[in-house]
Amino acid sequence: MCTNIVETAPIAGWGKGADGWFELRLVSVSFDHPMHAPLEHAINIDFTNVAKGLSARVAVELTPDAAKELIRVIQATLERGNAEGVTA
Amino acid sequence: MPYTTEKYEGMIAETMTIQGHKRDTIHAYIARPLGLGPFPGLALVTHGLGWTEWYKEFARKFAHHGYVAILPDILCRVGHGTPEDVLAKSRAEGGLPDDQVVGDMAAAGTYLRSLPYLNGKVGILGSCSGGRHTYLTACRTQGVFDAAVDCWGGSVVQSRERLTPAQPVSPVEYTKDLSCPLLGLFGEDDQNPAPAQVAIHEQELKKYNKQYEFYSYKGAGHGFFYYHLPMYRHEQAMDAWKKLWAFLEKHLDAPKYA
Repeated sequence: MCTNIVETAPIAGWGKGADGWFELRLVSVSFDHPMHAPLEHAINIDFTNVAKGLSARVAVELTPDAAKELIRVIQATLERGNAEGVTA
Repeated sequence: MPYTTEKYEGMIAETMTIQGHKRDTIHAYIARPLGLGPFPGLALVTHGLGWTEWYKEFARKFAHHGYVAILPDILCRVGHGTPEDVLAKSRAEGGLPDDQVVGDMAAAGTYLRSLPYLNGKVGILGSCSGGRHTYLTACRTQGVFDAAVDCWGGSVVQSRERLTPAQPVSPVEYTKDLSCPLLGLFGEDDQNPAPAQVAIHEQELKKYNKQYEFYSYKGAGHGFFYYHLPMYRHEQAMDAWKKLWAFLEKHLDAPKYA
């Protein structure tokens, strides 16, 4: 880790990894060197469940602009759902 | 003597274990030339992307040039899986504690010194976060390393906002204790370390009369040796390799690079 810019939070949900669907326990968001994206720094998001092993991971590496768009569309979706009374 | 094509060459490169920080057993990748030596030793500190194929190839490059290179798996305690999965877990845990990495690297240097085919000289080299760990280790150990190479180590001059429980002290604070000559290779377009941070680091080295050589390359940013990534810069990397070989030849009695 190079920048030390990382935030984590417990999370509830399901993700599809290399071995199929699994329950998610943690989200980790870092602004650091990506593992795959051809960028010096990226917004790296990992959804994990270490109780199921280190490979229980769904990963994305986004440009900062893409990360802002993701925030915007999630927020917009939640607001529409709330307005229409949609619940989990 | 420069290598010529009629000469025999061979190397062994394998995973083994060493006793790291607090005598924990950790994996290490070691690459060395075949033969009796004596060879200079070089402890490599992996970069921020973990114990990767690139770094193991880096170790073999040094073995090809006549060094015993050791690359401890400083992420060994995090668990095992693909390097990417291990790194993701380490990041989520807040990164590796500085004390632990310094302990592992000091142990790697001491291990090299115990080898019967060593020439008595040991260096330490790392890039990215490994450059930072290289500097920390060279400052926080005495009598273990004869030379240190910091390749674009980020956060050697670490702002208060970036200090964490795992990294509680900015490495530059330890400069008065730097135990060996230092080579620094940087890119002027790097964000971390930015040229202003490199300048602060250099001021501290001057303040304590430390032996160092810094080279900052125009048109290069972070990680300009990484030929598999877009940040690779051919011209700057080739010149920096020359500087690197010359530095190691001088301080580790290493074979002359051809």
